[in-house]
Amino acid sequence: MTERRPDGLTVLPSDVAPTDAIQVADFTPDLVDVGEHHLCPGCGEPIAIRAVMDGISLLGLADKCMAVFGIGCSTAFSNNLDVEVLQALHGRAPSVATGVIRMRPELAVFTIQGDGDMANEGLQEVLHAAARGENIVCIMLNNGVFGETGGHLTVTTTIGQRTKNTIEGRNAAEHGHPMRIAEMLAQIDGVGYVARGAVNDAGNVARTKRMIVDAFTAQQQQLGLSFVEILTMCPTGWFIPTDEAPAYLAETIAGTHAVGVLRSELT
Amino acid sequence: MTDQTVRGTVVIDVEACKGCDLCIDACKPGVLSMTTDETNTRGYRFAELSVGCTGCRACADVCPDFCFQVFRFHEPKSWSPEGGFS
Amino acid sequence: MTTRLVEGSEVVADAMVRAGCRFFAGYPMTPFTEVLEHMATALPPVGGVCVNAESELEAVGMVWGAAAAGTRAATGSTGQGLSLMQESIAEASLAGIGFVVLNMARGQGDYFQATRGGGHGDYRTPVLAPSGPVEVAELMAEAFELADRWRNPVVVVGDYYMAHTWVDIETPGEVPEPPPAPEWSLDGHSGGSGAAKLVSPLGTAKRRDGVGYDLAAHYEGCAQRRREMTAGITPRAELVETDDAEVVLVAYGTMARYADAAVSALRSEGHRVGLVRPITLWPFPEAQVKAAADGSAGVVAVYENNAGQMIDDVRLSLLGSSPVVGLNSFATDSSAFGIAPDVTVENLTASVRELLSEFGQDAT
Repeated sequence: MTERRPDGLTVLPSDVAPTDAIQVADFTPDLVDVGEHHLCPGCGEPIAIRAVMDGISLLGLADKCMAVFGIGCSTAFSNNLDVEVLQALHGRAPSVATGVIRMRPELAVFTIQGDGDMANEGLQEVLHAAARGENIVCIMLNNGVFGETGGHLTVTTTIGQRTKNTIEGRNAAEHGHPMRIAEMLAQIDGVGYVARGAVNDAGNVARTKRMIVDAFTAQQQQLGLSFVEILTMCPTGWFIPTDEAPAYLAETIAGTHAVGVLRSELT
Repeated sequence: MTDQTVRGTVVIDVEACKGCDLCIDACKPGVLSMTTDETNTRGYRFAELSVGCTGCRACADVCPDFCFQVFRFHEPKSWSPEGGFS
Repeated sequence: MTTRLVEGSEVVADAMVRAGCRFFAGYPMTPFTEVLEHMATALPPVGGVCVNAESELEAVGMVWGAAAAGTRAATGSTGQGLSLMQESIAEASLAGIGFVVLNMARGQGDYFQATRGGGHGDYRTPVLAPSGPVEVAELMAEAFELADRWRNPVVVVGDYYMAHTWVDIETPGEVPEPPPAPEWSLDGHSGGSGAAKLVSPLGTAKRRDGVGYDLAAHYEGCAQRRREMTAGITPRAELVETDDAEVVLVAYGTMARYADAAVSALRSEGHRVGLVRPITLWPFPEAQVKAAADGSAGVVAVYENNAGQMIDDVRLSLLGSSPVVGLNSFATDSSAFGIAPDVTVENLTASVRELLSEFGQDAT
């Protein structure tokens, strides 16, 4: 755990907003209805969803967008946003989003899915949506496990990563190899933007926000499918203390799933 | 102890905090720390503010539970152990 | 009045477009494929979209999206393809998303799939069974009305004969405009208003209203909507000379056309035979079957191109008040596509004659 606070450290009051200051951040962003949620302490998904909502506000798309949610931990936010939400079945979000964008092409349609939802259950869905060049943004929150069931192997689980099905750590002989989803999508010609971000520190959060803005910009320019994979912490599903999760992400997850922009047709 | 410059402050929603520590490590000036014994009504330890906040909002950006409002003072203030904010 | 010789599949596709369908997604599979082909050519000229989905799973997922976005939408396949769609059909009922599912069936072995549903949980879907291309236009319009009204998928059952029989059809007039998007549907505009809309199989409870998803309340709401739907749809059947029939045939779809011909043949020989042709397979026309059986019949004979499925609904209609037999021995489809060469009027009339000797007045 983080080393405890040194004795005698001055604690300043932090319960009343100052009047001689400007506010630079609020509790919940405009498009998140309620801050309180039941996801685990240290979960990266609310951080990623906040970044997406900030991006949508920044681009002024709130009344011109639609979220199509997959099923997983992030479903906790499907009824907690001030944008229109269509809840899809596990794995089906890119297809459902296709039906929406085909009939309402002017909207910024985007999916929010976990790696289990998109890369396991619905991999065919997102690959074909990309090949068809559907003008949607697909967000994959990648924590390398099925979080909602308590930390089970997914197709993005990295070699050596411990999960409920790989107690001693994933090994290729027994559990096969991880798939790099962003890299796969970057090779499909129907995509307009592919990047992988992370939310394990403030710098990566800022970098991920830029990727999200670029992805929606590409979508608004009808450049085809935009894909942003966001590495998120899952201390519960990684069986580690919450404060060790950011480093674990950097070493165990990002080692296989490298952060960066893989493809962009933005001029 | 010479006076310290303080450029900003935060309001912390103590009840929303789940004691995950992410803000502690994200805070560049290192002015956030977790309570040791005190817990909120849900039994979680929570973050507290010390002297030296710059209003950089890193804590707000990494907080999974939306616990931070961040402010930057119009004019930087100075603080001393003896007299507090002058 | 000009007429045109048209393939049944085109009549089905045209019926959907005229019923307001503006989004269709499907995956080729005999004998459904031609409907998909015709939709691909019929929809674009009226501003519609037809997507060749890479799987049936994706096809019904796309229909979810288009329907939730306020469009009259449909998908289809044959039995196997619909097996892949069952989860989405079942959950659409919970999400309150209505659309039409077309089964151009191979034989009638999909009766249970259509009427009981192959999905999970407490859901039902209305099922309509036209017996020929002409009736398709009327029932297809009703199917989309029901889907919109009850916000529930509706199944329309066709078959190989309907798909590939060419018929002389009056050239239809102007294609009517589709209805406007329903109020509940999503168009993005409520975003940022503080009251953004939600469509979800988990319910529509928003966190801002101080509640989370309450599945118990939501499922009870769905159960109530299903009870209202069940009561709100009038079960329909066509009755052919059932008033004094000693043998009442029960048959739907193309098989009912054979049964109809058998009734005429046997009536011309002085035999008192009648036919009840269910048009709504769910809710099943129990009253009509019961009335026909009570009237005079010795036996109710259920003629199906399967090993016996609708016979269960006939038994439930009668609850033992009349004997029930199944006429499937020669109808089991040796072609596996519902076009068995041994399915003939002669075979059917012969087996009914046996029933007459066993159950009729001149029974020895």
